[in-house]
Amino acid sequence: MNKLIPAMKIAFRALRTNKMRSALTMLGIIIGVGAVIAMVAVGSGATERIQQQIASIGSNVIMVQPGSITSSGIRLGSGNAVSLTIDDAKAIARDCPSVQAVAPSSRGGAQVVFGNNNWATFIQGTTSDYLTIRDISIQSGAAFTQQDVDADAKVALLGQTVVDNLFNGADPIGQVIRIKKVPMTVVGTLVPKGQSPTGQDQDDIIIVPITTGQKKIFGVNQARANSVGSLMVQARGPAYIQSAQDEMNLVLRQRHHIQQNQDNDFTVRNLEELFRAQETSSHVMSILLAAIASVSLIVGGIGIMNIKLVSVTERTREIGLRQAVGAKTKDILTQFLVEAVTLSILGGIVGIILGVIASKLISIFAQWSTLVSPAAIMLAFVFSALVGVFFGFYPARKAALLDPIDALRYE
Amino acid sequence: MAERLIEISHLTKIYRLGDVTVHALRGVSVNIERGSFVAIMGPSGSGKSTVMNILGCLDKPTTGTYLLDGVNVGTMDRNHLAEIRNQKIGFVFQQFNLLARTSAVENVELPLLYSPGEVKDRRARAMRALAWVGLEGREMHHPNQLSGGQQQRVAIARSLINDPQIILADEPTGALDSRTSIEIMALFQKLNRDSGMSIIVVTHEPDIAQYSNRIIRFKDGHLVSDEAVEHPRDAQTELEALPAEVPEEEAVVA
Repeated sequence: MNKLIPAMKIAFRALRTNKMRSALTMLGIIIGVGAVIAMVAVGSGATERIQQQIASIGSNVIMVQPGSITSSGIRLGSGNAVSLTIDDAKAIARDCPSVQAVAPSSRGGAQVVFGNNNWATFIQGTTSDYLTIRDISIQSGAAFTQQDVDADAKVALLGQTVVDNLFNGADPIGQVIRIKKVPMTVVGTLVPKGQSPTGQDQDDIIIVPITTGQKKIFGVNQARANSVGSLMVQARGPAYIQSAQDEMNLVLRQRHHIQQNQDNDFTVRNLEELFRAQETSSHVMSILLAAIASVSLIVGGIGIMNIKLVSVTERTREIGLRQAVGAKTKDILTQFLVEAVTLSILGGIVGIILGVIASKLISIFAQWSTLVSPAAIMLAFVFSALVGVFFGFYPARKAALLDPIDALRYE
Repeated sequence: MAERLIEISHLTKIYRLGDVTVHALRGVSVNIERGSFVAIMGPSGSGKSTVMNILGCLDKPTTGTYLLDGVNVGTMDRNHLAEIRNQKIGFVFQQFNLLARTSAVENVELPLLYSPGEVKDRRARAMRALAWVGLEGREMHHPNQLSGGQQQRVAIARSLINDPQIILADEPTGALDSRTSIEIMALFQKLNRDSGMSIIVVTHEPDIAQYSNRIIRFKDGHLVSDEAVEHPRDAQTELEALPAEVPEEEAVVA
């Protein structure tokens, strides 16, 4: 071990004497490590964002949507049927033991006016359970209650984006806004949730009682008076998701009088499952990016091997002299290995710094969220050292096994 | 004086270069006592270099035995031989073989880097050796800042650093002018007479061989003559007799 310090001194001297060459050799490792760090940062940034978005859906959420309908032989897409009703929601809450809560929900766009400002946003008609299911918190004011829903109360909860666009910093609580000319009192504002997994602004929303929405805002016809856009269902826990789905299928088929051989007129979707798939694909993507970046690290390693082979040839006489004055095989091997590893570690450190800077720049200019984890830095560091050992070994061995007589005589 | 330092008997060395077999040595036996100053001469291809390589533990004989300091080194492996070279042999080469861009004192320290255990007073020992060869004040000079004679002095200091049993000098004056050559030979003679160091010099110059006490001649892989020098030249007195010259600094050998 006490030989390592002199070996490192010799290595630094050798690298210093050929500054330009050392720098160029390191460049391969610098680019490789930098690319790995930046790519992993982009990948894990994306993964983390998806995880946050999954958390923003709420936990154990299942969505029930109306199915497709066939009209004059033309099959329309999913969601066009008007098969789900508020009564379906009540039946599910009553008859499905695995279900914790159900919130019927209807959605529509509308122009909203307050004073001189107006803003186009989404109106979400639902019940107070919706807030629990989607894990939405009230920032100021209070949520509307079941009584408000039953009484078609003209009350509204505003998302942050709507508050920002209508109130210019004024306190919205207690103010009256107009949604499609219907005056509504703002009773509360929502804690911002950010983007949804599909990239929508989840704060650009106004939540109103579903009854108020149906009767005053969405303007649905009488035949559809009771129908809702979708049902948000929360299972009792992760273990109940499957049974909740089965129970809902059973209850809804029965209520909709669907025969054995008929298709459902609704679809049940586990949202979390959907976005988990997205998470997996983003994870695969980041592994792929890292793999591509590692190729440049390997190319950098080959660069080190190449230069070290040249260096062994150039320094044959030096090697011969060292052998003559008593250097053993392992002394020469250590010396050249330490030189290669020093190159690759120095390159690795510079690469880590550049990689971190690059990922910051990516998040600033490309607006992608990036995440540089200490684990990725450690891994890159260890990996660059290993590249040095792996690609430095062959030239070092070649140097160590030179015949001292030939080496001394080498011109 | 009679103690034998080197004992080689029936040494042969056969090289195979492709299909050609070269008999570099064809049975050489010779003994060298501790404290001798021996010159080895012979034309190129005579086998003198091969003998030097074997004596220096850089090469192994094909057959025959080589006892150095009573130890049979002819059958040792690479790393063991490296240890012997480090501890018992000092090398001086025609081309000096100093590490470029490395100070004189660090060049002298080099063998200590490969010595077993930790050498604590490395720098002090190297400084003493440099002072002994007359390079006080130039310890931090790099080889390209030193003249040929000075570089060879650094090499001699390096060969002495581990207090070896023997110094092997291969054409030590081959790249030097005649005055500097005498200076180097004076250094060897001083080493031999004052410290009793055993020295073997390979040379093709009869003048240089005359500074030794014994001349061994090789030809075609055989030892052809082995005779004592009746009246060895004395380098120191010759130097004093020479007209005072401009200091050697100007004569920088590339």
